[in-house]
Amino acid sequence: MKYYDKLIFELSREGRSGYSLPENKFGHCLKELPKALRRPAAPELPKVSEIDVVRHYTNLSQMNFGVDTGFYPLGSCTMKYNPKINEEIAALPGFNGLHPLQPEATVAGAKAVYEGMDKALAAITGMAGFTFMPCAGAHGELTGLMIIREYHRRRGDTARTKIIVPDSAHGTNPASAAVCGLEVVEVKSNANGLVDVEALKPLLGPEVAGIMMTNPNTLGLFEKDIKEIAALVHECGGLLYYDGANMNPLLGVVRPGDMGFDVMHLNLHKTFSTPHGGGGPGSGPVGVAKHLVDILPDVKVSGFNGNFGVILRAYAYILMLGRENVKLAGKYATLSANYIKESLKDCYKLPIPSVCKHEFVYDGLIDDGASKAPDGHGATTLDVAKRLLDFGFHAPTIYFPLLFHQALMIEPTETESKETLDDFIEVMRKIAAEAAENPMILRDAPHCTPIRRPDETTAARNPILKYQDSICE
Amino acid sequence: MSKVIEGLRYSESHEWVKVEGGLAVVGVSDFAQKEMGNITYVDLPDVDDEVTAGEDFGALESVKAASDLIAPVSGRVVEVNEALEDEPELVNQDAYANWIIKVEMSDPSELDALLDAEAYKKISD
Repeated sequence: MKYYDKLIFELSREGRSGYSLPENKFGHCLKELPKALRRPAAPELPKVSEIDVVRHYTNLSQMNFGVDTGFYPLGSCTMKYNPKINEEIAALPGFNGLHPLQPEATVAGAKAVYEGMDKALAAITGMAGFTFMPCAGAHGELTGLMIIREYHRRRGDTARTKIIVPDSAHGTNPASAAVCGLEVVEVKSNANGLVDVEALKPLLGPEVAGIMMTNPNTLGLFEKDIKEIAALVHECGGLLYYDGANMNPLLGVVRPGDMGFDVMHLNLHKTFSTPHGGGGPGSGPVGVAKHLVDILPDVKVSGFNGNFGVILRAYAYILMLGRENVKLAGKYATLSANYIKESLKDCYKLPIPSVCKHEFVYDGLIDDGASKAPDGHGATTLDVAKRLLDFGFHAPTIYFPLLFHQALMIEPTETESKETLDDFIEVMRKIAAEAAENPMILRDAPHCTPIRRPDETTAARNPILKYQDSICE
Repeated sequence: MSKVIEGLRYSESHEWVKVEGGLAVVGVSDFAQKEMGNITYVDLPDVDDEVTAGEDFGALESVKAASDLIAPVSGRVVEVNEALEDEPELVNQDAYANWIIKVEMSDPSELDALLDAEAYKKISD
């Protein structure tokens, strides 16, 4: 990879141009614009030729890594391939020319997409109805928790101010609950990495608004006691919230509605193949069980009904797969994760050996090579992740979940062929062998990327959030 | 190997307490700062805030994670280490010299429930 960090403005030269603007047909209107709204000077656009622009953006794109470039095993994020047909559908002029304020009678096609999605997601999740307004997962969590709070309020039960969250939860769960004004109560995991039902029981009572769960959880394990947990929480008067971030392995196999969940969100940008990370934007539709449908936000409030382009892409994905193939996505994702997990457990510590779903967690290297390092420090999970970049793989999720100090979380998704998985396994074995032999190779990695290790500490302590000339000097 | 100082009391969530002039001086252990990595922000309580043993009174943020600070004893905060606002890295440099809060204890017998250096060494190894 070649290093390239120019700004398009740095390429600008007076008099250069790559485009002729059409004749300004509205020049005569200028006088009618109030003076305050007129620009005193022309905007400072970069003056560049076409080849300047093409090379600039091509070079920048090569500094990037995406699922179109290579394997992206980022646990908890479901970085599956984004099929190009999604883009073709979303680019159809009838869709991409829509304006959120145009009269309802003229958007029948878009309404049909929402209705179709509502039906498809209800069938996949076992929920009764969805709102498409939330624009990402955490936004969906907040919406869902507000629905739970409103449910209790309508029953005149205002004592329910606590929400139970497992210690393995995504960080967004307690954060969303806090934003919603609920008090977070943590429930511990047992030795098998699942919610400890016995530890849950004493937490339940008349102050509990509900419990937020991810199933499979962040260790990639299916919460097999979910029926019992649902019965206990319902018995105490609380509701169950399902964090849909890990829905992928369950597609077409198990439904949150059947497990006993009352409210849930889906991440269309994870499970339903829409662009994710950097590019986004996301979409986090919230589904509810029958008894909560009348609390869903009313679409009629606003014509701006979530990120329509994302919902449309996800709908294209579901229709392209069809009912039978949707089931295969989850099964292949589960098979791929178990295949990697079993293939590498002789070089990486596997704290929970049971069958996983779509992802799993190692707890660092078995032999970190500490005895071979001059300072006695072996290679950490961070070093393994950095070394992977040298071999053209995106790094997995590291140091999450917090249950394991050297957590390294891998989620291959159903996207990858067996050959890609085998390549990845071979590289991970090679890295483990390097660590045992000479951990400094890992600790100094990456060796082949345009930037080695950025100074994350200084960046966090003294962030520079906008372009400054001094950076380039 | 992380440093553990004799004579201090420790919590299982890696805070230490030193009793000094009737006040409980609270910080995080060397093991905690090593686990967190480079600390980028210390979220401090306000003076006069009440803290409760076992509940969070602030947080540490590092490049790796954010972690709640758990009060080892209950009482009223009488002083916070304001130097940490601008220089959170002090915690990395010396976790024992750079205390976080001083607490006027409401129940000094809570100290008995904490670990001594010997017991803490075992869990922070």
